[in-house]
Amino acid sequence: MADVRNTARPLSPHLSIWKWGPHMAVSILHRVTGSGMATVGAVLLVWWLAALAGGEASYAQFVDVFTLKSGQLNIVGWVFGVGLTWALFQHIGNGIRHLFLDAGALFELKANKAASIGVFVFAIIATIAFWAYLIWGK
Amino acid sequence: MGNGTSIGRVRGLGSAKEGTHHWWNQRLTAGSNLLLMVWLITSLLRLPGFDHKTLTEWLSSPWAAIPMILLIASVFYHFRLGLQVVIEDYQHDESRIVLLVLLNLFTVVTAAIAIFSICKIAFTVTTGAPA
Repeated sequence: MADVRNTARPLSPHLSIWKWGPHMAVSILHRVTGSGMATVGAVLLVWWLAALAGGEASYAQFVDVFTLKSGQLNIVGWVFGVGLTWALFQHIGNGIRHLFLDAGALFELKANKAASIGVFVFAIIATIAFWAYLIWGK
Repeated sequence: MGNGTSIGRVRGLGSAKEGTHHWWNQRLTAGSNLLLMVWLITSLLRLPGFDHKTLTEWLSSPWAAIPMILLIASVFYHFRLGLQVVIEDYQHDESRIVLLVLLNLFTVVTAAIAIFSICKIAFTVTTGAPA
């Protein structure tokens, strides 16, 4: 516990002395995207379901926050829509990578770097594909 | 697992008396989240629109309502386990206990609202038979 720690002693300088690599970025982003979806994402998902259950008027109120009069997404809709889908794909991609790590694989330097970069590439491509299909796919 | 009593080593539950329970359940729900999220994403992409009528008709089918309830249970349990680790990593004083209790409250209340909403949509007759 913090109040027991001797503040005269230095903390491990682990964050400031390492050169950043994809494995570090993918790791902290896993926590960031997970925490973001668990809070903002969960509240929005519950709000969406409750608004749907509440009837047409309450659903219209929900939709109105994220769309323009024309039915197109407004800036709030784009930020939350793209943000949460990217966060989901990033978390899914890295989650699968973690299952390989749990099995003892992907710890070799080259494979670890390649898989970390692969997670970023997957998340960006999946997000673009998701929205491209929504906009032009129909 | 090098020390402790022999019965303690056999049980393998460690000093926290939890063993790998937290870690293992996070992995199990990761797997079920993956399946259920792929289902949700493809289902949403296949819908003709996102208006109230289309969505409630979709969610009133047991083929959508049941996986949606399973998704809420799996995802919410998974994020409860995940946020617990985040709180344990960054909160070192008494606020840790308060936040952990609030985390349980948040998870249970939001999950209850979500599951109730799904049931309400599923059990509300919108078309067909007279009300």
